[in-house]
Amino acid sequence: MPTLNVNGRSHQFEADGATPLLYVLRDDLGLNGAKFGCGLGQCGACTVLMDDKPVLSCITPITVALSRRITTLEGLGTFDNPGVVQRAFIAEQAAQCGFCIAGMIMRAEALLRRNPAPSDKEIRGHMSPNLCRCGTHMRILAAVRRAAGTIRSAAADSAPSKETRR
Amino acid sequence: MRLRHTLLGLLSVALLGAAGFFYFAEQPELPVSKPPDKASFDGALIAKGAELAMIGNCNVCHTNSDGLSYAGGRPLETPFGIIHATNITPDPETGIGAWSEAAFLRAMREGVRRDGAHLYPAFPYDHFTKVTPGDLRAIYAFLMTRDPVRARTPPNTVPFPFSVRPLIAAWKLLYFEPGEHKADPVLSAELNRGAYLTEGLAHCGACHTPRNMLGAERNNRYLAGGEVENWHAPALNAASTAPVPWTREQLFTYLRTGFVTPHGVAAGPMQPVVNNLATVAEQDVKAIAAYIGAILGPPTAGRQERGPKAESTSDSRALGGQDVIANADGAVIYAGACAFCHEASGQRFSVKGIHLASSKVITMPDARNLAHVILEGIVPPHASPAALMPGFADALTDSQLAALMTYLRRTFSSQPAWSGLEDKIREARRPPKGS
Repeated sequence: MPTLNVNGRSHQFEADGATPLLYVLRDDLGLNGAKFGCGLGQCGACTVLMDDKPVLSCITPITVALSRRITTLEGLGTFDNPGVVQRAFIAEQAAQCGFCIAGMIMRAEALLRRNPAPSDKEIRGHMSPNLCRCGTHMRILAAVRRAAGTIRSAAADSAPSKETRR
Repeated sequence: MRLRHTLLGLLSVALLGAAGFFYFAEQPELPVSKPPDKASFDGALIAKGAELAMIGNCNVCHTNSDGLSYAGGRPLETPFGIIHATNITPDPETGIGAWSEAAFLRAMREGVRRDGAHLYPAFPYDHFTKVTPGDLRAIYAFLMTRDPVRARTPPNTVPFPFSVRPLIAAWKLLYFEPGEHKADPVLSAELNRGAYLTEGLAHCGACHTPRNMLGAERNNRYLAGGEVENWHAPALNAASTAPVPWTREQLFTYLRTGFVTPHGVAAGPMQPVVNNLATVAEQDVKAIAAYIGAILGPPTAGRQERGPKAESTSDSRALGGQDVIANADGAVIYAGACAFCHEASGQRFSVKGIHLASSKVITMPDARNLAHVILEGIVPPHASPAALMPGFADALTDSQLAALMTYLRRTFSSQPAWSGLEDKIREARRPPKGS
């Protein structure tokens, strides 16, 4: 039986190898964070991380995902204890209808894991595959900048504390 | 010992020869001229120059990473090192503001800088030499009326001996044929116009003609397929492997909009070209299409049949057919990643990918273009009605991509399997040097 590693846990399920990862996440594993938007890789609502990189799960067949580390929105935090990027999106009130936001957060997460100090040009370029029909792009950009700032200041705080401990 | 003497002897002969050669290779510096007054140029001349500059694709190379047109700085990766396109705005210090019209015409027709230095043929003066002085003057008028941008061109990283510019004079002796394009009285006015633009300003051969060891276009293999920015520039002559033979009308639509059924979308380094051609006079694009169509020649009866035949046979083989078993991984990835848009049965909403049996890249002799398209996807050109193709660089490992490409090649083309596929995939993944 195929096994998927999602958010640090192994999941077994039955599906054909060509089945989109999104269908398995939502229908078999009950992880509804990733959304079905267009189903054709055009909008980004289904974005999840595969080995820390953003992929469109609606056009990613599970056969290519079996040996990889998958992270979904549920892997970033909980309702009571949201992750850094989730908190930034809440603080900036980036969601209007909210359908694209799970994908936006995942794509932003991928960028910030790789580069916690992106330039505005890098943020815009990186986020460009994900669409928002409500038009909250300015708030989404602000949220990504805020999350980057939080991650950087957390890193700066933790560095001297190591020094004092010594 | 004897070897050392021989080497010393050879070296001194070479040095003497070099001294004589450098004397011969020297070109005069042309005087610094005051940037001409913008108002001194005729509006119609500037407008003509603007269109010609688009056909010449000046902006493609001479635009920096900030998107400032004509300010230069773009690194061009050549087999001889990285050459930066220069600032061709009328800034007197960092651009061509101090260039007289004569200096500009000499650069375009002879490949010599205002200060007398030889220009690398990465600047395609082997094509621009064919342009009429009237057209060159219009381009000069257009460039000298742009806003001057102060932007120093980064130094080239060209290793010895290619760093010795006077040696370019030797290259010119061997390979450079200066002189204006000559119309062929046998051809129609449209074909002559097409030949003039294609071989001259549009410099199609700079990418689509293969080059020799010293970077010169091999004239006996004109438009037989070349190399550009880590992409294969496909053959535009009888060697074309396009599964469906191109018609002149299809060539026009492709060049004008960047998309035509059944061939598909312009991708990679061809995109800026079609974006430029969308803005120029329609009859000029028609002329180029007519000329390229004439070079492609009428397809043989066998080729004429091949396209539709390929489409009908591959239909039965894709998704659930016999080939799925033969190449399990590739077929499964195809079914889960590609078929939604590229299979008639899977097409939903308004997104329709082309039928892959008519895809240009699957039949090409070089696997890199298909790898590029799958890895990076295609954001369609400005004037194209085509849908976006998402990229799969982060979704597919090299071996998964190789399995998919092997499946596509076998299912949707009659060409032999690619050799060294994994190397080609690594090459396609490599980020460009110098940027």
